[in-house]
Amino acid sequence: MNVVVCVKQTPDTAASLSVKDGRASWGDAPLVLNPWDEYAVEQALRTKETHGGKVTALSMGPTEAREALKQSLAMGCDEAVLVTDPALAEADSLVTSAALAAALRKIGDVDIAFFGKQAVDTDTGVTAAQVARRLGWPSLTLTAAIPALDPSQRSITVERMMEESRQTVRAGLPAVVSVVKEINEPRYPSFMGIRRASKAEIPVWSAADIGLTPVPAAVLSWPEMIAPPKVEVSCEFIEGATPQEIAAQLVSKLFEAKVI
Amino acid sequence: MDLHLTPEHEMVRKMVRDFAEKEVAPIIQEWDRKGEMAPHILPRMAELGILGICLPVRYGGQGFDYLSLGLACEELEVVDTTLRVIMSVHMGLNSLGLLQWGSEEQKIRFLVPQARGEKVAAFGLTESGAGSDVAAMASTARRAGDDYVLNGEKIWISLATKAHHVLWFAKTDPVATDPHDGISAFVVETALPGVSCGDLHGKLGVRAGSTGWVSCQDVRVPSSHRLGEEGEGFRIAMSCLDNGRYTVASGATGLIRASLEASLRYAQERRTFGRPIAGHQLVQQKIARMVQSYEAARLLYWQAGWLKNIGRRNTRETSMAKWFATDASVEAALEAIQIHGAYGYSDEYPVERYLRNAKGAVIYEGTSEIHTLMQAGYALGTRTDAALRLELPAYDAAAWQAAAA
Repeated sequence: MNVVVCVKQTPDTAASLSVKDGRASWGDAPLVLNPWDEYAVEQALRTKETHGGKVTALSMGPTEAREALKQSLAMGCDEAVLVTDPALAEADSLVTSAALAAALRKIGDVDIAFFGKQAVDTDTGVTAAQVARRLGWPSLTLTAAIPALDPSQRSITVERMMEESRQTVRAGLPAVVSVVKEINEPRYPSFMGIRRASKAEIPVWSAADIGLTPVPAAVLSWPEMIAPPKVEVSCEFIEGATPQEIAAQLVSKLFEAKVI
Repeated sequence: MDLHLTPEHEMVRKMVRDFAEKEVAPIIQEWDRKGEMAPHILPRMAELGILGICLPVRYGGQGFDYLSLGLACEELEVVDTTLRVIMSVHMGLNSLGLLQWGSEEQKIRFLVPQARGEKVAAFGLTESGAGSDVAAMASTARRAGDDYVLNGEKIWISLATKAHHVLWFAKTDPVATDPHDGISAFVVETALPGVSCGDLHGKLGVRAGSTGWVSCQDVRVPSSHRLGEEGEGFRIAMSCLDNGRYTVASGATGLIRASLEASLRYAQERRTFGRPIAGHQLVQQKIARMVQSYEAARLLYWQAGWLKNIGRRNTRETSMAKWFATDASVEAALEAIQIHGAYGYSDEYPVERYLRNAKGAVIYEGTSEIHTLMQAGYALGTRTDAALRLELPAYDAAAWQAAAA
């Protein structure tokens, strides 16, 4: 199996988002492998462990995104590729999907491209589907389990996470699979993996290298971001001599607040 | 001068932090209350390679440097002191002692399974009548043909009931003119007949760990299990402490960070007089002091780790790092409780555990008083470190990472 896992470098989830001059800012939060993508990397590695082959981690982003790829290598990916180009700096998901699709074509003979369900920073959740559309591959999004994968029959069966149910979907390979956190428990990088990753030379492809010339213009921009008004929560302890008295006070307060 | 951590160091730190946060933090309070070590901890630390982090690959380790050991200890103790204590005895006091003093045969037999985490290792120096005054020990090792017969009881032994190997110190010459010269070191397998052990309860802190006693009654060990030469035991013990204290220093740095992080969170949530308490200057003063302690403690242990990496004797610097970080961790935990007010006094918040755990470390591996005297001795020129027959080897990436021949 030739497996590719598409990853993104994002701010740490512990970072708090603020709005600065109408733009999202995470301050100087540490950058990490998008937490949703850890599940995708894990699933890619498990697929290789079961069916053989290799796993390539692919990212589009600034040069710092190399660190997310190193984390993927440390977890066990065999190779990594970074697509970076000044022309891609303002990419929206449509441009990102064009770049990733072009890079997947350049890698060639890919059987499955795994994605996390979304990135914790931009939260669009559409890149996987857009890549599938561009490649003409089935789009198996929100995958919570892969009960069957048969490389010789070129078929894959997944369970998609629906609200209060699961949908079983069968498709042919190659396919794009985006995963949710129910699918697995991501491993930690091993020490050996960390050493290998820290020494790895990660190839860098420009837009021209993947044949994306010219780079299409983004159709979306973020002209403004508004921080939601802070919800002020106040906590009040109701005291009283007996539970009945406390309950009575609580009821009258709830009436006052028009909650009941 | 370059104080940047390498990407490799950063990844090690993140990996150990993720393990401690995901697998230990959610359950630690429960096990601290029970007064037992959670059973999954040692097997997981073995499986992840943490138990062999800075040992050469050819001896079953992961081939990382001594600074990585410190970084791992810091991350472990942010979550709980008992995790770091494992590294102090298994790695600092025992495995690095084997690396420094062991024969090739001893390394293959004892160090390899320890590095792989198949065997857990402890350190048997302290006795009920011999703490700071090591030479007062009563344990004996009597030569009997090609064997030694060991008798004695060690107390306050971390991992007493978990360990398979104990680095055991006993007097081969109980009447030596200088009693320090009468001590020898042995590797004792706890499965041997005559070895018994038990845990102590009722401790103020490190409750989610194993601390106990190990006793040897007419235990026969072959002379090939003696570490170093006869009479070299005291010097071996002190060199082991140079490494144990390094793990305590780096761990205590993590404990300061834990107090700081808890205080930062709480001070921004809790409101008094119409604003978060972080807005009050006396709370800010406590926080600023914790930041200062954290950064100074970190620099001190990084310095010690760097000296170990380049193979320079670091008894003085390691003692300084341990003394400073442990004292500062007690102070930070006390102030963290103060910031948390009455909530800090209860186990609803972790800061009371930090204080209980911090207090042990100003007693073990050299009390703060011993370190004070050591530093005064170095400053006054009354104390110097004589060269050892065998020094801890400098970190050599190529040699550490080379596979077994």
